[in-house]
Amino acid sequence: MIQSKAPLKVTDLSVSYHDKPVLEHISFEVPEGKLIGIVGPNGAGKSTLIKSVLELVPRLKGEVTFWGQPYKRVQKRIGYVPQRESVDWDFPTNALDVVMMGRYGHLGWFRRPGKEERRLALESLRMVGMEAYSDRQISQLSGGQQQRVFLARALVQDARIYFMDEPFVGVDAATEKAIITLLNDLKRQGKTVLVVHHDLSTVKEYFDWTMLLNVRLHAFGPTDEVFTPSLLKKTYGGRLTILEQEGKMSLLTN
Amino acid sequence: MSGWWIMLTGSLVAISCGILGCFLVLRRLAMVGDAISHAILPGIVIAYLLSGSRDSLVMLFGAALIGLVTVFLIQWFQNSGIPSDASIGVVFTALFSVGVILVSLYTRQIDLDLDCVLFGEIAFVPFDRLIVGSVDIGPRAFWGLLLCFLLVATIITLFYKQFKLCSFDPALAAALGIPVAFFHYVLMGLVSVTTVASFESVGAILVVGLLVVPPATAYLLTDRLHVMILLSAFIGVLSTVLGYYVAYWLDASIAGCMVAVAGVLFVLAFLFSPKHGLMGRRKRLAKRMAVTV
Repeated sequence: MIQSKAPLKVTDLSVSYHDKPVLEHISFEVPEGKLIGIVGPNGAGKSTLIKSVLELVPRLKGEVTFWGQPYKRVQKRIGYVPQRESVDWDFPTNALDVVMMGRYGHLGWFRRPGKEERRLALESLRMVGMEAYSDRQISQLSGGQQQRVFLARALVQDARIYFMDEPFVGVDAATEKAIITLLNDLKRQGKTVLVVHHDLSTVKEYFDWTMLLNVRLHAFGPTDEVFTPSLLKKTYGGRLTILEQEGKMSLLTN
Repeated sequence: MSGWWIMLTGSLVAISCGILGCFLVLRRLAMVGDAISHAILPGIVIAYLLSGSRDSLVMLFGAALIGLVTVFLIQWFQNSGIPSDASIGVVFTALFSVGVILVSLYTRQIDLDLDCVLFGEIAFVPFDRLIVGSVDIGPRAFWGLLLCFLLVATIITLFYKQFKLCSFDPALAAALGIPVAFFHYVLMGLVSVTTVASFESVGAILVVGLLVVPPATAYLLTDRLHVMILLSAFIGVLSTVLGYYVAYWLDASIAGCMVAVAGVLFVLAFLFSPKHGLMGRRKRLAKRMAVTV
């Protein structure tokens, strides 16, 4: 019964920050098992969209359901990867420990992480190619390695829908490739992944579906239909130069 | 004998502060601890006036409540757009000044002098005894602080994973369903209770030293949170014991010497810590340079 409903349905969502509208009248329905890119200029409210859907920032109005149910009921099936800069990487902890934090939601109020959590965390670290760094203090990891640890932490949550906030920012090419491979693996397992993304040049290559967002929702659908010069121009306003040559599209933001 | 009681009482203050201080330091809230320790003064005075004694639980809870009000006010001003350091400064000086006025107004009715509130007088701790039935079971402050320590240790142990995740990544904590604000206020409530319980022995100013200096020292010495907490408590106890002897030797303020020793230990860690110390960093830098050249 749950499967028949959209993993995420947003109806008329509005968010404002200090009286300034950040998101206005957003409505969309996410299909199951797709890799979805959320694209838009700086200040478009991409991160805010994720945060308000996850009830991390208050909504002005609007309704959000997951598989037809409210967020609190299905919280354990929702994975979240915050922006890497959102945490203090000098915190006294190591990579394995950070990944184990992904299991805290499953442990309830009093149970402590034990052998099982450790095993799952190590397995996730292996999946992102970081098992050799499990006892490394997190400040000693490179940006790309930190991002992989964050990703491993999301995997260990064993969610059915994932929200990732700019996972490709400040990572090396190898990590970018590893992340996209992993996202495709998740998709093949039937999971839904929403990714806030800012690099327009890789949108077509990475995502099945694309959301064009700039305070308002400008377009949402299969990337081939949505990622077009005219819709991009509408979303970015004058801040985008599109060079189209021999059927190839180059994009410049300024 | 009284020397032992002083060191024991001081150690309990240092351990409770050392545990809680780790979370304050990691969450960049050290100055909120400072604010609480000052802002509870009016709470202490009012509780004194109402109950006429210093051992009532009413006082502890009254002051804890004021501590939470302080945190709430700071948060509220911040959310309204006032810079965080300014809102901390406004809230705690305003509340503290109310306390100062109350002390000066009612100085005859209550046995509470400002120096004692500010700097504490741990040397007097052994003379205020707790008598149960007709048996003298030791200084009153010791039992109060033991209770406070047990409270802190129990709550932090029970909810260690929540406090840890809320300190490291509050956004994920919230997304996992952990009530982040609730644990924030629990932590602040514990800081308030500990500060009230400690103020008689070390005073409102020096308690901040014990909340911040040993955790900052421990931070330099380890990469694991639980080790940091244990080290911080240990460094606090070490500061207490060494501080007591230094004070005895100099014939100076015991609480002052305790925090001064903590400060010296911090400088030592800052210079010589193998991982984060100045020397260690130099050495590693030199090594790296040698490799690249």
